[in-house]
Amino acid sequence: MKITFDWLKNHLNTNLKEEKLLKQLTNIGLEVESLENLSEDLNLFKVAKIIKTEKHPNADRLKVCDVNIGEKELKKVVCGANNARDGLVTIYAPPGAIIPKSKTKLVVAKIRGVTSYGMLCSESELNLSDESEGIMELSSSKYDKNIGKSYFSKSNSNLIDLSITPNRPDCLGVRGIARDLAASGFGKMKNLKEKKIKSKIKQTLKVKIKKEDNQGCTSFGSCLITNVSNVESPQWLKDKLISVGQNPISAIVDITNYIMLDINRPLHAYDADKIEKGIIVRNSKLGEEFKALDNKSYKLEKGMCVISDNKGVLGLGGIIGGTRSSTEFDTKNILLESAYFKPRSIRNTAKKLNLDTDAKFRFERGIDPLSIEDGLNKAALLIKEICGGEISKVDIQNTETYKNKIIKFDPCLFEKISGFKISIKEMLKILNDLGFKTKKEKKYLKLTIPSWRPDILQQEDIVEELVRISGYDKIKIIEPIKERTKSTLTQSQKLFHFLQRAIASKGYLEAITWSFTDSNYNDYFKGSNNEIKIINPISSELGVLRNSIFSNLIMYMNKNLDRGFKDLSIFEIGPIFTGSNPGQQNTVVCGLSAGKKSRSSWIDKERNVDVFDVKKDLVQTLVEAGYNQDKFFIDSKTPNYYHPGKSGRLFLNRGKDQVAAYFGEIHPNILKKIDIKSESLVGFEIFLDNLKLPKKTLNDQKIKFAVSDFQKSERDFAFIVNKDVNAQDLINAISSVDQNLISNVKVFDVYEGENIPENHKSIAINLTIQSTERTLNDKDLEKINNLIIKTVEDKTGAKIRS
Amino acid sequence: MSDIKKIKEEFLNKLSDKLDLSEINEIKSNLFGKNGLISSQFKMIGSVPDNEKKKFASDLNNVKDELQDLINSKIDELQNIEINKKLEKEKIDVTLPERNFIRGKIHPVSQTIDEISSIFSEIGFSVEEGPDVENEYNNFTALNTPDNHPARDMHDTFYLDEKKETLLRTHTSPVQIRTMMKDKPPFKIIAPGRTYRSDSDQTHSPMFHQVEGLHIDKDINMGHLKGCLNYFIKEFFEVEKIKMRFRPSHFPFTEPSAEVDIGYEIKDGKIKIGEGDQWLEILGCGMVHPNVLKNVKVDPTKFQGYAFGIGIDRLAMLKYGINDLRAFFDCDYRWLNHFGFDPLDVPTNYRGLSR
Repeated sequence: MKITFDWLKNHLNTNLKEEKLLKQLTNIGLEVESLENLSEDLNLFKVAKIIKTEKHPNADRLKVCDVNIGEKELKKVVCGANNARDGLVTIYAPPGAIIPKSKTKLVVAKIRGVTSYGMLCSESELNLSDESEGIMELSSSKYDKNIGKSYFSKSNSNLIDLSITPNRPDCLGVRGIARDLAASGFGKMKNLKEKKIKSKIKQTLKVKIKKEDNQGCTSFGSCLITNVSNVESPQWLKDKLISVGQNPISAIVDITNYIMLDINRPLHAYDADKIEKGIIVRNSKLGEEFKALDNKSYKLEKGMCVISDNKGVLGLGGIIGGTRSSTEFDTKNILLESAYFKPRSIRNTAKKLNLDTDAKFRFERGIDPLSIEDGLNKAALLIKEICGGEISKVDIQNTETYKNKIIKFDPCLFEKISGFKISIKEMLKILNDLGFKTKKEKKYLKLTIPSWRPDILQQEDIVEELVRISGYDKIKIIEPIKERTKSTLTQSQKLFHFLQRAIASKGYLEAITWSFTDSNYNDYFKGSNNEIKIINPISSELGVLRNSIFSNLIMYMNKNLDRGFKDLSIFEIGPIFTGSNPGQQNTVVCGLSAGKKSRSSWIDKERNVDVFDVKKDLVQTLVEAGYNQDKFFIDSKTPNYYHPGKSGRLFLNRGKDQVAAYFGEIHPNILKKIDIKSESLVGFEIFLDNLKLPKKTLNDQKIKFAVSDFQKSERDFAFIVNKDVNAQDLINAISSVDQNLISNVKVFDVYEGENIPENHKSIAINLTIQSTERTLNDKDLEKINNLIIKTVEDKTGAKIRS
Repeated sequence: MSDIKKIKEEFLNKLSDKLDLSEINEIKSNLFGKNGLISSQFKMIGSVPDNEKKKFASDLNNVKDELQDLINSKIDELQNIEINKKLEKEKIDVTLPERNFIRGKIHPVSQTIDEISSIFSEIGFSVEEGPDVENEYNNFTALNTPDNHPARDMHDTFYLDEKKETLLRTHTSPVQIRTMMKDKPPFKIIAPGRTYRSDSDQTHSPMFHQVEGLHIDKDINMGHLKGCLNYFIKEFFEVEKIKMRFRPSHFPFTEPSAEVDIGYEIKDGKIKIGEGDQWLEILGCGMVHPNVLKNVKVDPTKFQGYAFGIGIDRLAMLKYGINDLRAFFDCDYRWLNHFGFDPLDVPTNYRGLSR
C-alpha cells in the first residue's frame, strides 16, 4: 500500500514530522517497507515531441528520432517502439535520469553506431502501468504547450510504501491508516462531512442478484449518471494518483481509483448504453467466455460470480470488468457499481483463473460491507463535479443484511495475555478511537465491531488491538528461568549429532544440498525406490524429491572437480524420501571421497582412495558411536549404483536385521554417464533409522573392566582357501574357537599367484593367545593351535599352509 | 710413600692425558683387571698387620673409588662425543612438510543449529522434529490458515500431488501441531529443520532452515515471550547489549503477533549487531492462537503460551558475516572450508558458544 503524508493529511490533523510518522506506522503494525522521493527523480522526465523519425541505418527495428524537448536544439534519440512517429507527444528521459522501473541510470550511449541522447519512455518503464508495448502517447492538443516541462508535477511528499498484513483490509485505504494513527495519538481524525446524493431521478437499469447456492455477491449498490462528458482528470486528481505511483487515465476511471485508494471502496463504472436491459448477478455457467479489461479472454467454470446482462457476462464481480461495457472518453451514460463480494468466492475464482487484480486483492481480504452507499455518494458527486451529468437515486439490492458483530470482552484477559496493565478507561478510549462502539456491562465490555474490521472475531483479537495501540514496547521482559526438566536431545538426535561430527572429523566437509534433485541424476541412485515428483518444481533440474543423497553430492563433487580440486571428501546428513506421504523419509549420512591419498607427497607413496579408506571411516565412526565391531557382519550385496565387485553392506550384527550402511566404489558406468573425471570415487551411506540406538548411558555401554597379566603369545597362521571364501568367515571361525583365549585376530597378508593353486588364495593371520587364569604352557598352546587349524579347515574348507 | 699412594698418583697423572677409549680401557684393566694393580693390593689385605689393616683397607677403597669414578666419567664423556658425532650425521631437514592431513568441517547451518539448541537447552527447551513432507492440514489448516486465507499466498508451496494434499512444509510450525497432538501440556520445545518455498532469487532459496519455538503452560504471557527471545538473541550474538524491537504484525496462528527487529550498523564493511540505528527483521512470533490450541485438543481457557519462528540461515549469515544465502547450498569446497567449523568445536554453554 502506497501513501503520502500529504494524502494522510486529508484525513488527519497533525503538526508532527514525517520522521515521527514513519516510526509510528511501524510501531502500530503498519510496517514501512520503503520510502521514495518520487518528485526529485521524476523532475527530469519531460514532455517532448518527436519532430522526425528515420530508420536506423544499422538496425531494422530501431528508429532515430529528432525530439523537441523545449530546448533550442533537437535531441537525437534511438528508439525501438513501433509507435514512435512524427508528431507524437511523449515523455523524454535525459541522460542522468533514473528509470523508475529498472532503477538504472541513463547514460549517453551508442546504439548500433548511432549515439542516443536519452530515451523515450513507455508507461511500464515509468511504473505508471504494466503497458510496455510502445512509448507513451500524450494528447497533443493538451500537452503541446507543455513541451519541455516536467511531466510529473512537483510534490513535497515522499512515497511511503507500507506492508499491510492480510488481516487489515481497512488499512488498504488512506482513511483506515489515518484512523489507526489517530488512535495511537498521532494527530486527530478529521470529521469529514458526508455528502449525499440528492436526486429524484430513478435508477432505471434493473439490477437483480440471483438467489443461488454459493452466490458470491450479497449486496449490489448502483446509480446511473447520465449525460456525462468523460474528460482527462483535473490536475489535483492526476497529481494525487501520480503521487502514489498510479497512472491517470480518464476522469471516470481516475475517480473510482481515487475512492478505492482513499477509503478502500472498490467501484466499477459501466458504459450504461452497452448494457443490454439490466444487470443480473449470478453464477457462471460452464464454458461461458468474456473478454476482460486486461485484454485477455477467459473461459469460466461453473459457479463463478459474474455480473451479466441479457447478452452474457460483463465482468467477474469484484475481480475484473469486461471490455464490452467499459467506459471510454466518449461514454455518455454510466452505471456506477458498489457491491460486496464474499472473500472466499473471490479467492476461488481468482485462483482458478490465475487472475490477480487490485480489486481482487481488496475483496478477498474483506471490504467494508457498509461502505457501499458512501462509495457511490462520493464517487458520483465527484463525477458530476468533473464530468457534469445527472445522478440518479442509489439502488441497493441485498440478499443478506449485514449485522455488526458483538464481542463480550473480559478486560482481565488483557493483562493475562500481555503481561502488563492498562486501565479500563484507556481500553475504552483506544477502542472508541478505532471505531468500536463500547458499553460497560458489569465486569465485561460489550463491543460492537466496526464493519470494516473483518479480522476481529474474538477476545484475543481485542487484546491485540489494545497491545498494538498501547505499544509493544510496554510489554515487560520476564527473564527466563534456567531450569531443565527434560533432556534436550533424544537418543536418536544425539546419534545424529555424533555421527555428523564423527564423519567430519575423518576429513569430510559437510555439505547441505537441496532435498530435491534432477530426476536424471536421481534415476542413477534411486535403487528400488519410486520417483517422487514435485507438481510445481522451481525448475526441471529440481523436479523430484531425492531417493538418495548421492545424486546431489556427486553433482556438486563434479562441480568442485571442475574447479580444479582433485582430492576431496564431502558428506551430507539429511533426509532421503521413500514415498510422498509424511514420514516416508529416512535420515542418511552419505559421504563421498575422490582422488588420491598423499598426492605429490615427498614422503609417502601416492595412491587412489579406495574401498578400504571409506570402510575405515565408516567402521571407525560406528565404533566411536558405541557399536561393537566384533558383532559387525559384512556381505557384498549392494544397490546397483555401487561397483558390483568393490562394495559391501554392513549389518550391526550377524542376525542381519537391517542394513546399517553401504560402502564401495561408485559404479563406473555412472561415472562415465555423468562425465566425472577423478582417479577414484568411493562413497558410503549410513542409515540412521536402521541403527539400533546405543545403550542409554555410557555406563551401560561399557562392560566390566577386566584384563589379564598372564603371559601372552602371538601366533601366525597361513591358510589356503577357495577364492570365494571371505576373510570374515576365517576370522569368525577362529574367534569361535575360544573367545576368552583368542584376541587381536589380524589379517596381515593376502596372496594369490605362484605356489598357490588356481582359484585359491592364501590368507595369513596373526593372533594373540592369552588366558585370564594362568600362564599357558607349550602343551596348552599346541592344543589351541591344532584346534584353530581344525576348526578353520572344517568350517571354511581351508588348508593350513605348511 | 705407600704403594697405594704411588698407584694413585701415577694413574691420576696418566688419566690427565688426552686418551682415547681403548687407552682408557687399557688403564682400566691395568688397575682393575684380574691381576691389576688395585686388584693385587686387595689381595694383600690379608698380609697387612692387624693394627694397620683398617687404615690400609680404607685408603685402598678410597683410591679405588676415586680412580674408578674418574675412568667411568672419562668413558661417558668419550661415548657421548661419539654418539653426538653419529647423530650429527643423521640430521634431517625438519622444515620439510609433515605427512598430508585433511581437515573436515561442519557446515555453518549445522553449527548454528547446535548453538541455538545449546542456548534454548539452558532455559528448559527440548528439541522436537517433524517430517519434511507434510499434509495440508498440519502445514496450514490446523495452524488457523484455512484454504481461503490470503496468508497462504505468502507461502509459495511445493506440492506433491494434484489435489494439493501433500506438500513440502513451508515452515517448521507443523511441528507445533505434531508435538501438541501426541502429548499433553505443558510444552516447551524448539524444532529446527529444513523448510521449503518455491521462491528462488538472490535472497531466497527454495530450501532454507527455520527453528520453531513453542512454550505452552498456564499463565505464559507476552512478557515471557519477550524475555525468552531477548535472552536468546543476547546469547546467540554473544554481546552484552542488544537492541531489540517488537513490532505488531500478523500471522494466522498467533494472536497477538509480532515481528522482532534487532539493531545493527555497518562498520568497516562488517555488520555490528547491537549497535547503530538500523533495524533488521530476524523473526516472527506471537501468542498461540486459541483456534490452534483447539485444533490440537488443548483447552485455551486453561493453557496459553507463545510460539516463534526464526530463520536459521539468516542468523548464521549475520553472526558469521556471510553475504550470500545461495552459497549455503552451493557446496563450493572453498566456501565450505572457509565458513565451516572444526568438528571438535562443539558449541556448549560452559565454554561459550564459539571460540
